[in-house]
Amino acid sequence: MYAFLFFLNFLLIYTVFAVYAERKISAFIQDRYGPMETGYYGLLQTVADLLKLIQKEDIVPFKADKKLFKPAPLIIFVAVFAGFAVLPLTSGFSGSSAQIGIFYLLAIVSLDVVGILMAGWGSNSKYALWGAMRSVAQIISYEIPLGLMVVCVVMISQTLNLQEITFQQGVWWSQVNPDAENYLFGIKALGIETTNVGGILTWNILRSPIMLVVFVIFFIASLAESNRAPFDIPEAESELVAGFHVEYSGFRWAMIMLSEYGMMLLVSFLAVILFLGGWNTFLPNIGAVKLADWTSGQPGSVAGHLWGAFWMISKALFLVAVQMWVRWTYPRLRLDQLMNLSWKYLTPASILLVLLSAVWRLLMI
Amino acid sequence: MKGYWRNIKTTVSTLKTGLKVTAKHMKDARSQRTVIVPSADNYFEKQNAIFTTQYPKEKLPVPDHGRYKLHNEIDDCIVCDKCAKICPVDCIEIVPLRAVEDIGKTSDGTPKRIDAEKFNIDMAKCCFCGLCTTVCPTECLTMTDEYDFSAFDFAEHNVPFANMTPLEILEKRKELEEYNQQKEAAKAVSREEVVPKEKPAIPSKPKVGGAKPVFKPKVPGAKPNVVMKPQIPVKKEGEEPKEEAAPKPRPVFKPRIQPKKESSSSGEEKAEGPKKPARPVMKPKIKPKDTDSNKE
Repeated sequence: MYAFLFFLNFLLIYTVFAVYAERKISAFIQDRYGPMETGYYGLLQTVADLLKLIQKEDIVPFKADKKLFKPAPLIIFVAVFAGFAVLPLTSGFSGSSAQIGIFYLLAIVSLDVVGILMAGWGSNSKYALWGAMRSVAQIISYEIPLGLMVVCVVMISQTLNLQEITFQQGVWWSQVNPDAENYLFGIKALGIETTNVGGILTWNILRSPIMLVVFVIFFIASLAESNRAPFDIPEAESELVAGFHVEYSGFRWAMIMLSEYGMMLLVSFLAVILFLGGWNTFLPNIGAVKLADWTSGQPGSVAGHLWGAFWMISKALFLVAVQMWVRWTYPRLRLDQLMNLSWKYLTPASILLVLLSAVWRLLMI
Repeated sequence: MKGYWRNIKTTVSTLKTGLKVTAKHMKDARSQRTVIVPSADNYFEKQNAIFTTQYPKEKLPVPDHGRYKLHNEIDDCIVCDKCAKICPVDCIEIVPLRAVEDIGKTSDGTPKRIDAEKFNIDMAKCCFCGLCTTVCPTECLTMTDEYDFSAFDFAEHNVPFANMTPLEILEKRKELEEYNQQKEAAKAVSREEVVPKEKPAIPSKPKVGGAKPVFKPKVPGAKPNVVMKPQIPVKKEGEEPKEEAAPKPRPVFKPRIQPKKESSSSGEEKAEGPKKPARPVMKPKIKPKDTDSNKE
């Protein structure tokens, strides 16, 4: 209940400032100022835009399939927002600590495709339909490397529970599991135990260094999942105007944009949990200098909640910023290039990495 | 298979380069570029930093006399009409009012003999070629550094520079009429006495403007008196070679004018001749030019 209220409000506020950040980042990359007039340094620009947006008429095209057209934004948003249900924000705060958390998340987020197809099909517009078709083709293609990368993490962590995966990547693991043991780079033979060192050394990307590659592929696939540039051919402004949401206006359009930014945040949270230690600090304990303990409270305590939320959110927002940075750096891939990348490069690499993770897991025990 | 690995390698390295480039731009966006003149050696050196200006608050320096808004210092204007003549888009509208005596001097010492009843420059029509500023003999017509003069109404672009009040205009007109009447009376007397005295009367007019006899006939002809006009055609046809100023341009203009007159407005000229001969003369000039250029 609290997680629902928190994530809904957080998503709304985050979206307002993410749109602002996106405009500013794109402006800085292109040697411009970006919004400057509304509020200090243009801070209230998105608020003003939103005020305008909710006053707009909700236009439904005359020839649109209204039964598909109208609920489509809602389905897209619900599919994305439902993913937040299993995210552990801190050591003691999460919507649902389901044992099959990551499995549920991948499944529910895939429903996104249904909403996009409904929007594209229901609009009765060639641009919208093209956009929806591309989107479906893209999301389904990239779900394979994405899923396989999650499998890698699951093999290393031996659990589908996101909260448990997070616990394994920090100093508090031994508190919830007496058998806990982490070794440097996951190689037990080295004999350097990092269970109580924590910090970045126990993050999944260093817990087994092949995870660095896994993380990169996961990140690329997650960009495609959230229809972000350079994989934004479903929206492709220059060819499809706005792609699957070209016929939407007013609040329905706002919902679709909210879902897009929500998806960005969701995959960032997921990447943080799977690879970057979730709510754990990046500072390790070095001998008597207990940096990790100082920068993360006991699980369940107020300090634990605050530190956890701080690390989790700042890491996720950093990844969102990286997504924006990537978006304003790379040109859009053509459809064939997109498929090429997914099927010829990412998928074979993913299969190989799954095998390597299995081998690495053997080194860890 | 070789190509496959090479693709991966180039992809990774180019993606990295791309991110570096944009990161650098982002980092440098903390500062703004300074204005560097194109002739400077380091003109191409600084490529990053913010390049845009927040326009109404910040402005880039422009030349004091760039091709921007026109300004006429009416106190220095001798209303010679050259600017209106040279203007390729006819955006300068001048209604001169001949003064009966010198009305002062411009700042460079040229005597002023004509008042500007109206001196409007329509900036909406202006093509900013700057020809008018080049021909201006007293350099009172200049281009300023003001380039932002958009308006809600086209009429606002028609900038008036004349500073005469309607009352002044009326008074001056009256003066001129009285003066002309006196002259006419004097002429009538002289005609009765000696016929050849007509010619001395004509040279007196060239005195008024010096270099401007060219325009004067047309200008005063627009309103004042019937007497003036008959004299003008006489000048054009017969006395051109005798006059000092600009004897060549006239032959060039006239041939063009006349064919048009004959074809289209010869009848009008005869009918309107006494009323407004000057205006019909002006229009034919413009049209033949256009048609000529089109043909060429």
